[in-house]
Amino acid sequence: MQILEYSLIGIASGGLYVLAALGFVIIYKASNVFNFAMGEMMMFGAYLFFAMTVQLHFGWPVAVIAALAGSVALAVAIDRVLLQRLIGQPVIVLVMVTLGVGSMIKGASGMIWGPDIVQMPDFLPRKPIFIGDILIPGKLAWGFLAVGVIATAFMLYYRFSRTGVAIRATSSDQITAEGMGINVRWIFSLAWAIAGVLAGASGIVIGALNGITPQLGAVALNVLAVVMLAGMTSVGGVVIAGIFIGWVETLVGAYLGAAWQNFMPYLIVLLVMTVKPTGLFGERQIERI
Amino acid sequence: MVSEALIVHEPTASRFPVGRIAGWLLLAAILLAFPAFSGAYFVFMATLVAINVIATIGLNITVGYAGLLSIGHSAFIGVGAYTGALMAIHLGTPLIVNVAGGAAAAFLVGLVFGAPSLRIKGIYLAIATLAAQYSLSFVFQQWTAVTGGDRGLSVPRVDVFGFGETGFYYVVVALAALLCLAARNLFRTRIGRAFIALRERDYAAQVLGINVVRYKLLAFALGSAYAGAAGALTAMFLRIVNPDQFTLAASVFFLAAVVVGGQASILGSILGAAFMTLMPEILRAVLELWGPGGTADVAGFLSPLREFIFGALIVGFLVFEPRGLAGLIQRLVGRSNN
Repeated sequence: MQILEYSLIGIASGGLYVLAALGFVIIYKASNVFNFAMGEMMMFGAYLFFAMTVQLHFGWPVAVIAALAGSVALAVAIDRVLLQRLIGQPVIVLVMVTLGVGSMIKGASGMIWGPDIVQMPDFLPRKPIFIGDILIPGKLAWGFLAVGVIATAFMLYYRFSRTGVAIRATSSDQITAEGMGINVRWIFSLAWAIAGVLAGASGIVIGALNGITPQLGAVALNVLAVVMLAGMTSVGGVVIAGIFIGWVETLVGAYLGAAWQNFMPYLIVLLVMTVKPTGLFGERQIERI
Repeated sequence: MVSEALIVHEPTASRFPVGRIAGWLLLAAILLAFPAFSGAYFVFMATLVAINVIATIGLNITVGYAGLLSIGHSAFIGVGAYTGALMAIHLGTPLIVNVAGGAAAAFLVGLVFGAPSLRIKGIYLAIATLAAQYSLSFVFQQWTAVTGGDRGLSVPRVDVFGFGETGFYYVVVALAALLCLAARNLFRTRIGRAFIALRERDYAAQVLGINVVRYKLLAFALGSAYAGAAGALTAMFLRIVNPDQFTLAASVFFLAAVVVGGQASILGSILGAAFMTLMPEILRAVLELWGPGGTADVAGFLSPLREFIFGALIVGFLVFEPRGLAGLIQRLVGRSNN
C-alpha cells in the first residue's frame, strides 16, 4: 500500500517535469540550441508570480497572466537580442550563451529577492485527495491537473495548428522550410515564446509546491534526464519519460534517501548515453562518428 | 562556418627575436622578485591566479582548441584535489608527485565521462559533463569514509625548500609556466593540429586520417588532466578540500575565464584566469567602500552579484568580442604597429 502511495505521488511530481521538458524539446527541435537557461526561466516566472501576488497584491489570475507574459518576454528577448545575432556560429557558442544567460538570471533574482526561500499564496487547494485510503497532497494533485491541461493544449497546438506544422517543418529541414515561405527566424522566436510559457507555468506550479529560492532552477537538471530518456526530439516521449522519471525518483527518494534521489537523474543520463543515445522515442538523427 | 577569429595565429619570427627574449627575461625577473616586494596577501593572490591559469588552459584545450563544450570542469578539478589530498595524507608523497597523481586521476575520470558522450555528435558532452558535475559531487559528499563528506579533508602543510608560502608560489608559477609552454607546443604537433582540425570540420578531419573519436576523447581527457593538476595544487595550497569548492558555479567561473581571455589562446587563458580571479576581490573592495550596510550584507549580496557578472561576461564577450581579451590586445598592438 505504501508503495502505491509513493507511486501516485511520484507520477504526479513527474507530471511537473513534463512541461519544462517540453520547453527544452521545442527549442531544440526548432533551432538546435540546447537551452541551459531553462531552469532559470522557470525560476524567473515563479518569482514574477510571487512579486505580483505577495509584493504588489494582485489577485492570482492577473498574476498568472503577468508572470507568463514576463516569462515570454524574457524568452523572446534571449532569442532576439542574443541568439539571433549569433546565427551561423558553432552551436557550442549558442549553448554557452544560454548558460551565461542562466547565470545572469539567477544572479539577478538572488539580488532582487534574496537567497532565502519565499512562499507563494495558496492558490491551489490544500485539501488532500483520497483514492481509497491513499492520500495525495491537494496541491500536488491540482498542480498535476493544471500541468496536464497545459501540456495537452500545447500538444494539440503543436500537432494541428498551422504554426505547429511550420515549427515541425523547420525542425525537419530548415532550408526547405525557408523555401516554402516559412519565416525561420520568426519560428525560432515562436519556439522560444512557447518555451517561455511552458517554463513560466511549470515554475509557478513547482514554486507553489516547494516555495521559491534562487536554486529552483536546479529542477531543470532533473528535466535533463527526462529529455535524454525521451530522446531530445520527441514531444510525446517526453510525457512518458517525465512521468517515469518522477516515479522512479520518488521511489528512490523514499527507500534510499534524498541524496540518492538527487543523484538518480544523472545516472539515468549516463546510462541512456551509453546504452541508447537516441533515447526511447528519439528520431534516428543521431550520428555516430 | 567557424569564424576565422578562432584559428591560431602564429607570429612569424624571421630574425633572432632579441626583443622577445628580453621581454621573457623581464617577465621572469618580475615573477621571481614579486614576493620580495609585496605582502603575503599579494603572494597568496598571485599563487591563486597561477593555479587558475593551469585550470583555464585545460578548459581552453577542450573548449577553445577542440571545440567541445564542457560545463563540469570544476568536478575534474575536484577529482585532482581529492586525489592529491589523499596522497598527501595517506602516502606522504611530495608535492610534485601529488600533482601528477591528481592529473592522472582526472585524466582517467575524464575518459570515463567522455567515452559515452563523444561517440555521438552534438551537445552530448555538455550534458555528460553536467552529469559528471553532479555525480562527482555526490561521490565527494557521500563517500564519507574516504572524502570526509561535507566536512572534507584537511591537508598537511607543505613546506617547499623551507620557504613556506613563498616557496609554494615559486613552485606553482614554475609549474604554470611549464604547462603553458607544453600547451603552446602541443598545438604545433600532430596531436594539437588534429584537435583544431576536428573543431573546424570533423568529416574533413576524418578524411585526413584523424581518428575522430580517439582525438576528441584525448582532447577532453587532456583538459581534465590540467584541471586535475590545478585541483591537486589548490588542495595543497588551501590545505582543505570540501565539496563546496567544486560546484556548477565554479565551472561557470572557468568557462567565463576561457571566454573572457580568448578561446584557443594561451595568452588568453592567462589573462582570463587573472581577470576572473582578481575581479571578485576588487568587487568586494568596492562594495565594502560604497556598498550598503555592514560586511554581512556585502557577503550576502556579493555571491549573486558575482554570478550575474560571470554570466554577463560570458554573454557579452561571446556576442561582442569573441576573441576575448587576447584578441583585443592583439588588435590594439596591431593598430599601433601600422
